[in-house]
Amino acid sequence: MNNFAEILIIDDEVQIRKLLEITLNSNDYKTIFAVNAKEGLMMAANHQPDLIILDLGLPDEDGQIVLKRLREWYKNPILILTVKNTEDEIVKALDNGANDYLTKPFRTQELLARIRAALRNLTLNENEPIIEFGEVSIDFTSRIVRLKNEILKLTTTEYNLLSIFVKNEGRVLTHHYLLKQVWGNSYSDQTQYLRVFVAQLRKKIEEDPNRPQFIITESGVGYRFNTG
Amino acid sequence: MVASMCLFTRDYLDHKVVGYLLLVVVSLLAMFLDILPVLLSAVLSALILNFFFIKPYYTFHINNAEDSLLLFLFFLIALINGVLTHKIRKAEKILQIKEVRVNTMKLYNALLDSLSHELRTPISTIMGAIDTIQSNTVTISEMNKQKLYSEIEKASLRLNHQVENLLNMSRLESGVVQPKMDWCDLGELIYNVLDHLKDDLQFHKIVVDIDENLPLFKLDYGLMEQIIYNLVFNASQYTPKGAKIEIKVDYNTDVDFEYNPEKLLPCVISIVDDGNGFPEDEIDKVFDKFYRLQNSKTGGTGLGLSIVKGFVEAQNGNVTVENREEGGSVFRLSFPALVINKKDISNE
Repeated sequence: MNNFAEILIIDDEVQIRKLLEITLNSNDYKTIFAVNAKEGLMMAANHQPDLIILDLGLPDEDGQIVLKRLREWYKNPILILTVKNTEDEIVKALDNGANDYLTKPFRTQELLARIRAALRNLTLNENEPIIEFGEVSIDFTSRIVRLKNEILKLTTTEYNLLSIFVKNEGRVLTHHYLLKQVWGNSYSDQTQYLRVFVAQLRKKIEEDPNRPQFIITESGVGYRFNTG
Repeated sequence: MVASMCLFTRDYLDHKVVGYLLLVVVSLLAMFLDILPVLLSAVLSALILNFFFIKPYYTFHINNAEDSLLLFLFFLIALINGVLTHKIRKAEKILQIKEVRVNTMKLYNALLDSLSHELRTPISTIMGAIDTIQSNTVTISEMNKQKLYSEIEKASLRLNHQVENLLNMSRLESGVVQPKMDWCDLGELIYNVLDHLKDDLQFHKIVVDIDENLPLFKLDYGLMEQIIYNLVFNASQYTPKGAKIEIKVDYNTDVDFEYNPEKLLPCVISIVDDGNGFPEDEIDKVFDKFYRLQNSKTGGTGLGLSIVKGFVEAQNGNVTVENREEGGSVFRLSFPALVINKKDISNE
């Protein structure tokens, strides 16, 4: 379904461009390339790609600025590729509107999975009343969550947290974002709430809360909800 | 000063004795002062000797040839003394600098040795494997090709691991490690690390001993991850197959301790194994940079544990290692940390 999606790659390293070209083309994606920020912004406007892979370390402009300028009008997913694996840089990119990130060196299987997840979100029907994953189903109209067909008791906070996760499947959500969405703006630094409620939620929906399948920890950045 | 003391005794002591005393003073000065003040004091003491002690007193006149010869010799000896001492000190300084340089060179060579080995081995593997795969002259079976691919993969993972270590070390060296303290669920963190290491740990017995009610501690999540990763990775590499690796977290178990958001309480993480332990004469050195055990297997840069120490200390903690009586060793990390009870939050 996602095949023939067009992906714009903005990266100044020729080796990475070649690797991505071969990998993506072999998986039936169309690829176009830009080697710097200026070219990237122009091509994004001209081609309106389905997804952009953006390297943060470009020769002519800070990747964060490119990201902001793209986000002024570009609505499709942007995936960040970076060698700067400092958490701050990643959190900043996510706050600037990136959908996901990968640090170099990365595995191409991982990259393909992230691209699939990002493109899937694009086609996800926002008004889907019931979403199922694993043995859990969520009915958004009645706010009822079931595990193995039995009603699962969740507190209001747990339910809010879970529904934000589910609606952003495959996407990294930063601590700040989750805290703001579930607890409100004034809680954006109170990570203790997030830690405790993620642990509680895992206990209720994960088969082994210590080896979570759905709510994945992104170290120092946030959480990602995966349904496999 | 000494001259003024001698002034009172000039009636009893010969001016030659005073001359010797002054010589001793100049020599002593030469041991502590630079060349210029020493020369100055030599000149000054010659003048003092002449002025106060050689008859006639209080003039620079000298009546007999013997005294003028004495004065000249005095000045000469003081001068030679000063210059010689200065030279000796200079030579000493050069020696010291050389010694420091030799030590730095030793450290640098250790680094180069382990680095060139640790980086070149995987690079050789990658280049060699690719040459073989691309070669037109031999045909390799599909199975062997797959084996080579898997070697390339292992080599690049190893390369990545070492580069990571080097980057962490240089972060520590340049002093840019500034811990970002945030609430950590150590259970989540430890299981996350174990998940990353599951390939290395497949032949080990892993035991995690964490209390269900373990509170949250305020530590740097990223640094803690790296610390636990390095320690567990080390344990997986240097204990025999089938060895048990146990991770424990101890804290103030008095669950009803008065909650005080400002109070630092101890958090102790232990990583215990039942492997062979460390040789007693080397156990104190394991945290030294580039230090590798005498009989350790090849591989490793000797950076892992010194990074652990650096990252622990950056969070005001300390790390110790000791051999256990029942065999194996235990690494103990202890941190003073802010604590918050999970219960206090989930009830809100």
